[in-house]
Amino acid sequence: MFAAALRESARVVLPVAAVVTGATVMASANDEVVPAPNYPFSHKGPFSSWDTKSIRRGYQVYKEVCASCHSMKYMHYRDLVGVAYNEKEAKFLAEQIEVEDGPNDEGEMFERPGKLSDVFPAPYENEEQARAINNGALPPDLSLIAKARHGGEDYLFALLTGYREAPAGVTVNEDAGQYYNPYFPGGKIGMPLQLIDGAVEYDDGVESTASQMAKDVCTFLAWAAEPHQDDRKRVGQQMLTLFAICAVIAGYHKRFKWAPIKNTKISYFK
Amino acid sequence: MQSIMLRLRQNSLFNVYVNHAEWYPSPANLNYFWGFGSIALGVLVSQIVSGVLLAMHYNANINLAFNDVEHIMRDVVGGDGLRYLHANGASMFFISVYVHIGRGLFYGSYFYPRITLWYSGVILFFLMMAAGFLGYVLPWGQMSFWGATVITNFFSAIPVVGGAIVEWLWGGFSVDQPTLNRFFSLHFLIPFLLAGVAIIHIALLHEHGSNNPLGINENIKKIPFLTYYGIKDLFGIMLFIVFFVYFLVNCPNLLGHADNYIEALPLVTPAHIVPEWYFLPFYAILRTIPDKLGGVIAMVVAILILLSLPFLDTSKIRSGLFKPLHFINFILFICVTLCLGWLGQSVVEFPFSNLSEVVTILYFFYFISHFRLTTQYVK
Repeated sequence: MFAAALRESARVVLPVAAVVTGATVMASANDEVVPAPNYPFSHKGPFSSWDTKSIRRGYQVYKEVCASCHSMKYMHYRDLVGVAYNEKEAKFLAEQIEVEDGPNDEGEMFERPGKLSDVFPAPYENEEQARAINNGALPPDLSLIAKARHGGEDYLFALLTGYREAPAGVTVNEDAGQYYNPYFPGGKIGMPLQLIDGAVEYDDGVESTASQMAKDVCTFLAWAAEPHQDDRKRVGQQMLTLFAICAVIAGYHKRFKWAPIKNTKISYFK
Repeated sequence: MQSIMLRLRQNSLFNVYVNHAEWYPSPANLNYFWGFGSIALGVLVSQIVSGVLLAMHYNANINLAFNDVEHIMRDVVGGDGLRYLHANGASMFFISVYVHIGRGLFYGSYFYPRITLWYSGVILFFLMMAAGFLGYVLPWGQMSFWGATVITNFFSAIPVVGGAIVEWLWGGFSVDQPTLNRFFSLHFLIPFLLAGVAIIHIALLHEHGSNNPLGINENIKKIPFLTYYGIKDLFGIMLFIVFFVYFLVNCPNLLGHADNYIEALPLVTPAHIVPEWYFLPFYAILRTIPDKLGGVIAMVVAILILLSLPFLDTSKIRSGLFKPLHFINFILFICVTLCLGWLGQSVVEFPFSNLSEVVTILYFFYFISHFRLTTQYVK
């Protein structure tokens, strides 16, 4: 009876499923944006950790290229310690910036060199200044950008390397600070192409091609959005192992306890 | 030692444990679908514990809320795991409860004499939805803000007093500081109401005992809850935890929306405002009706129609195992609900809006069809 019922239900379900799948294909073809490909970032798997060398290079790209327009208000110099730099190096990096602190005992604000506890410096005083300088466009804060965009680091990589000539029929006003990028929703982005071969000189000698820099800065941004992912993955795998073993023990114990009930035989006599 | 245990067991509080857990008579043939009640209870406890811990690091202030969530994610020891546990726990709660409701629908757990039990379950479902919605507002991201704006605006569909009710809910003329503050307060309160109603739900269950896959009276043969169902539920819970932890480790943001990592901007509306995945079927029904009030009514009726099942279902047989037409109808209903969920996050244009009209009718058809249609050929 079950088999018959399943066959019957399949007869009803399959056409519905066909309609659903068909419409999904139409849905993905609908928006005016090219979906980012799935790139093989080395940190993606459940057992893989961050590529810290890439994060270090990515921070260099951020500092030398992106930071002139984009802030990272949730990132502190201390976050780099143990990941991209050791404590001494990170302290040295922090001391390169001037931070306004105070008030001191005389009630006056003063400038001091940065400390590990300081956030990365913001390029603009406020949103209005940022918009005024960038043709009305606001460069977003990059601390969470890898989580705040569909596609995450894949999208960022596709965007950074995806600049090309506008196709026929699309008018892009470069004088008003518009550039064509098929991965950006709507296709017109306020940021010009930034990563050209050799824009940065890496201190570990890796050749700084545009795609290398894009990969490094995307790894850095993905890490910045999720700095504790390695710890969470490690603890998570331990918990998965633990609970999987618990499940096996509980399953065995369940079978053991239920054996008398499962083997109960009920007979009826006249 | 033995006499202490004996005296302890005669204590009235311990009696509750003995009568309602240890020796509670359960049918011998319950399958693993019956374990989802225990799983839902487990997730509720996990949500309350993780929620209380999160509240220690959170300020319900529009200028601080988003930063506080990031502070939890970055600076609180284990805070990222805690926050993901809580955010995904809501999804896990709904997964387990949807399976629980589906089990009740299929095996006819709503039939007399368990009508009050079924009704208390609908109240629990409403409270869950309220808690889920209020909690989604607290991180004060773009989807939090605009989701709150859209959902509170449902009340403006009420004739005459609607606008006043919405302003009363907001505590102002838009979703703002008073709204966030009261949503935090209510989000803290509702889980405890939920726990209270869950206790009532269990008390009502224990009045007539569990239904079973055969849907027949099993009072002739029952087995004690412990250890039989204790260990069976524990096995189910362990498997569910493995599923849950896998989710936490590998895709903690899969069920969330990317826009919620952008701080709320009252002047920038997101391109597509979508609620959390567990509201999507009802959101699709809401958008299907072209009239605002009609849509809200249809959405509420889509849940309230569960209350009519004990009376709409004219079958003399309880379990879906013995009703082939009901079996097909049920599988179709699951497909329809999943399809509605998918339509709920699609854009409102051809063919989705047209498809959702058909599918919404199919959704309601499931309930109405129980009145004689799927039951009369059984004999």
